[in-house]
Amino acid sequence: MLGLGVDRLQADINRLLASLFHQGVLDEQFLQLQQLQDETSPNFVYDVINIYFDESEKLLRNLRLLLMDREFSDYKKIGLHLNQLVGSSSSIGARRVRNVCVAFRSASELSNRPGCLRGLEVVEHEYHYLKNMMHELFQLEQQRILAAGVRYPM
Amino acid sequence: MSITCELSNLTSKKAKESRSGKKWLKKPLLFLILCGSLVILLVMFSWLGRSQKEETGSCNGEAKVLYRHQNVTRSEIHDLVSLFSDSDQVLSFECSKESRPGMWENYGITCSLNMRSEKQETRWIPWNLNPSGLAHSISSTSCICDNLEPSLQQPEKSENLEEGQEQGLSTYLRNAWWWCLILGVVVCHKIYVFHSKAPAKRKEKVHLQEPLAQKKQQQRAQTSSRGAGKWRKNILLLGILGGVSFSVWWFWDTNEEIIMKRRETLANMCDERARVLQDQFNVSLNHVHALSILVSTFHHGKTPSAIDQKTFEEYTERTNFERPLTSGVAYALKVPHSEREKFEKEHGWTIKKMETEDQTVVQDCVPENFDPAPIQDEYAPVIFAQETVSHIVSVDMMSGEEDRENILRARASGKGVLTSPFKLLKSNHLGVVLTFAVYDTSLLPDATEEQRVEATIGYLGASYDMPSLVEKLLHQLASKQTIAVDVYDTTNTSGLIKMYGSEIGDISEQHISSLDFGDPSRNHEMHCRFKHKLPIPWTAITPSILVLVITFLVGYIFNEAINRIATVEEDCQKMRELKARAEAADVAKSQFLATVSHEIRTPMNGVLGMLKMLMDTDLDAKQMDYAQTAHGSGKDLTSLINEVLDQAKIESGRLELENVPFDMRFILDNVSSLLSGKANEKGIELAVYVSSQVPDVVVGDPSRFRQIITNLVGNSIKFTQERGHIFISVHLADEVREPLIIEDAVLKQRLALGCSESGETVSGFPAVNAWGSWKNFKTCYSTENHNSDKIKLLVTVEDTGVGIPVDAQGRIFTPFMQADSSTSRTYGGTGIGLSISKRLVELMQGEMGFVSEPGIGSTFSFTVVFGKAETNTSITKLERFDLAIQEFQGLRALVIDNRNIRAEVTSYHLRRLGISADIVSSLRMACTSVSKLENLAMVLIDKDAWNKKDFSVLDELFTRSKVTFTRVPKIFLLATSATLTERSEMKSSGLIDEVVIKPLRMSVLICCLQETLVNGKKRQPNRKRRNLGHLLREKQILVVDDNLVNRRVAEGALKKYGAIVTCVESGKAALEMLKPPHNFDACFMDLQMPEMDGFEATRRVRDLEREINKKIASGEDSAEMFCKFSSWHVPILAMTADVIQATHEECMKCGMDGYVSKPFEEEVLYTAVARFFEPC
Repeated sequence: MLGLGVDRLQADINRLLASLFHQGVLDEQFLQLQQLQDETSPNFVYDVINIYFDESEKLLRNLRLLLMDREFSDYKKIGLHLNQLVGSSSSIGARRVRNVCVAFRSASELSNRPGCLRGLEVVEHEYHYLKNMMHELFQLEQQRILAAGVRYPM
Repeated sequence: MSITCELSNLTSKKAKESRSGKKWLKKPLLFLILCGSLVILLVMFSWLGRSQKEETGSCNGEAKVLYRHQNVTRSEIHDLVSLFSDSDQVLSFECSKESRPGMWENYGITCSLNMRSEKQETRWIPWNLNPSGLAHSISSTSCICDNLEPSLQQPEKSENLEEGQEQGLSTYLRNAWWWCLILGVVVCHKIYVFHSKAPAKRKEKVHLQEPLAQKKQQQRAQTSSRGAGKWRKNILLLGILGGVSFSVWWFWDTNEEIIMKRRETLANMCDERARVLQDQFNVSLNHVHALSILVSTFHHGKTPSAIDQKTFEEYTERTNFERPLTSGVAYALKVPHSEREKFEKEHGWTIKKMETEDQTVVQDCVPENFDPAPIQDEYAPVIFAQETVSHIVSVDMMSGEEDRENILRARASGKGVLTSPFKLLKSNHLGVVLTFAVYDTSLLPDATEEQRVEATIGYLGASYDMPSLVEKLLHQLASKQTIAVDVYDTTNTSGLIKMYGSEIGDISEQHISSLDFGDPSRNHEMHCRFKHKLPIPWTAITPSILVLVITFLVGYIFNEAINRIATVEEDCQKMRELKARAEAADVAKSQFLATVSHEIRTPMNGVLGMLKMLMDTDLDAKQMDYAQTAHGSGKDLTSLINEVLDQAKIESGRLELENVPFDMRFILDNVSSLLSGKANEKGIELAVYVSSQVPDVVVGDPSRFRQIITNLVGNSIKFTQERGHIFISVHLADEVREPLIIEDAVLKQRLALGCSESGETVSGFPAVNAWGSWKNFKTCYSTENHNSDKIKLLVTVEDTGVGIPVDAQGRIFTPFMQADSSTSRTYGGTGIGLSISKRLVELMQGEMGFVSEPGIGSTFSFTVVFGKAETNTSITKLERFDLAIQEFQGLRALVIDNRNIRAEVTSYHLRRLGISADIVSSLRMACTSVSKLENLAMVLIDKDAWNKKDFSVLDELFTRSKVTFTRVPKIFLLATSATLTERSEMKSSGLIDEVVIKPLRMSVLICCLQETLVNGKKRQPNRKRRNLGHLLREKQILVVDDNLVNRRVAEGALKKYGAIVTCVESGKAALEMLKPPHNFDACFMDLQMPEMDGFEATRRVRDLEREINKKIASGEDSAEMFCKFSSWHVPILAMTADVIQATHEECMKCGMDGYVSKPFEEEVLYTAVARFFEPC
């Protein structure tokens, strides 16, 4: 290790990103997001993603609660939640989550309860997958920064 | 690929077949008609000929019979006369008699008889024939003959008539059949032609867009065609059956006629024979009768008797020719038993009995051997007999059963009586015996039977040898070879007795005619038949076989035709299917392309983004170069994909055009600035000119219009090398319509191009006259859609490039087809651009055309129809120039250019800024026309007209006039390309204030003018523009979004460009923040928010602003409070996740200034923000 791993870590990051892009988990918006990160806000991406996860966690919980309720009828509320989720997902470039959310939303528009439940499951699945991936990515990033931070006196 | 292959194969095959098929069909048709007419003629001729021949034949026969009949009568009369008339009369006949050979011996006897008759003249007178009686008898015979003739002819005539009718009917039928055949041929041909055309028509009807309906239609067509084929086959079968049956009928009919004819001929001949026989018989009967009278006269009337055996013998011998049918005559005396002895004594012999048993063996019958007749009441011994039958002298005729009966009947009736046929004595031939009774002269004509018996004194018998008789007779008649004759005695109906006949001949067809031999108690019949069997009726067979053959031939031809129709229909069906499939494949291809291009675009964006990211990192020069190349290639690929997507969209009909007001001049400026880099690189002069008649704002699809222009100009740049110009001009189509009253100077020049010397181009290099392509535009000249709310523009892009090869000009608009394959190698590109442009133009209800001459250049022209914008619509994009334009309003300029058209272009650009321009062609001219120099704000000199020496003169002029004028005009140099060093050199020389790089465009011109005229300080325009950071630096921006993530992202993005960002999370909060006075320069508003959405918030903000503005205007609130602005209007931009047209319009409606799609992209953000923030 000791600084020699920077390149390898960067390659790993890139590979991971590439695979995520390839799978359609992320799209170019994520790149845009990364571009926004500079010296003034070094942890911008991390912050945004964390916020996203927090928000989404809340939203998903709400959705689950709403759908689990037996005398459930408030599809409009589900729509609002989903709108939020779609918006934030597209903002960070979580493409797959966004896509399944859109499907979920169309199911909720049709007041299709089984469809909604299925949609929720898929969304949760995608969300967790994204979260894992992101976690991995950030860990790699951190390692890279750490590795890059190591300087040897010439 | 396989489909097209199959298709082409099929078409070529079909074409070949149809070509050969037509020829093939026509020849046999002609041949058939010829054959048909020939056969008709043949048949008619044969019919006519036959009937004529028969008529003449039958006539001849009749005449012969008559003639013979008359002859016989005449000879008979001769004989009689020779016997009973005086010598004078005899002499008169002598010559004719003497001419007969072998008759002269008998002549002597007649003479001696004559002598005797002279002696007893007195006694004979009353009974004798007198000449008048003779004449009478002759005349009567001739009368009979005369009567006979018409009576004979009459039935024949009627028969002929009937036959003729029948014949007429059948010939009519036949002719009708032929006509039917020909008609059928023609009709079938017509049907064939129609059918071969019909599918083509049907094919045209097939729609592309309705595969289902099409399929149904196809099925229907298929079934109908199949039905038609069956129907046709049935008709053909029917026709062939009809033809066959007709031919059979024809054969049968003709054969029947032939048989009938034969039968008739047989009947005629039979009747003729019967008649002749009968006549002959009657004649000889008469003679026998006459003989009986002779005997009665000369034997019994005279005492002593004038006749003895010898005389009788001789006489009968001599007159034998008159009775050719008799084998012999004999006279028997009536001797009662009482007188037998006396009689026997008198004659010296006893009366002998006829041996009936012996009659069967008659060879040597000697009367002496006969036994004496048994005792009877009376006897009839023969006393005289002809020599041929002299053996029966002294035989008692009464003793023979037949003869006895005969004698009894004869004397009772007084007429000739016949026996039934029996074997004659001696000759052993079948024969009959005719018996006449000889009466006493005193017998009255109306005597009773008893009286007759009483008066009988003897009997005259004549034996007829039937076979020889008939044979003799038949020999005299014609066509004896063909006919066989039998004669029967039919008195006894149960057993016919054959009197004459042979066994030969066909018994099946025979004619029976009755014979009347003058004996009412006896019936005779004649049976005639042909000796030979019926010959094969060729006349019937030939035409019927011909008809059969023709029928089959025609049937074969029709069958072929029907098969051909069927195959053609099948082929047509196949082609239709293939066509449908090909079309479906085409549509599928387009859809596939559209989808795929779209799908490619997404990852491409990723690639580009990554590349950009890569370029942002620390790279050395080499890496940077690689990355840049990759990025550039990626961009090219994206644009190509976009093009393909466009093409596919257009082809699949999914492209829809926008309808928004836009400034065309601005678009053209845009294009020229976009492409100026490339053009300048190549040293090509790019010029834009818009006619003053074109309105500022039109309604249409600016991006597509821009795409077309960019495409054409891009092509032009690509194909123009290092020299010349590209000239974009826009005119109203109406302007071009009447070339004689064109006022636009540029257009005039264009039209004159190539026609005369006066025409010149922008760069001086020759170009192609666009008039040629304008002429072809239909819409350009059509006056019909002269709608007031539509304007038709004519856009021309002229270049001085390599031109398009003549042979490639036809396919220039075909997608993916370049002028030639080497083009793509030399110049690159896919060749899809022009096709897209053409289609876009067509979508805009216009036309596209071009004129090109290799080596000179090409000129592409197109027309587009735009809507007229409402007059008060202003384009916000122009607003930022408004101030500048106001500044320049009313200034004067001098354009010095040696090319008039270029000067016009320059003056057009100046006119846009409100600057009026004068044009002089050279510096020297400018010096001379001092009047024009007054009050000049600027002088624009083209680089081509630049001349240091002349300019110094002008400069001096200006500096001298410094006193008179308030300010010295600024000098601008217009150059196509100038390096930085050149420019700085120019400027540092002090002669020139600024160098303007062409292409001229509004923004550049404004910047330059502003710099030199207004600010006077030098700035580098167009540099910082593209940097968003400068635009947004230090700006106060409010971001309104309920979504925390979005908020953060937007904040991050804007912060990156140096903006100071404030975030709020609801519309209400935003409202609070935006309540004037505030410090925000702009607001980004999310549209979808709970409680108060973006639209609502914006509306509220606008209401607030309006209120306050009103207050300020009325002076209610002090202006200091809102010192910063004279009126409040904070730009509000919508942020949307997905942009669709509806929301865009809605944004505008509720007072928003623009929108950005939510994940911010730098360029989008820049264009959205740029118009609010002046670059500073």
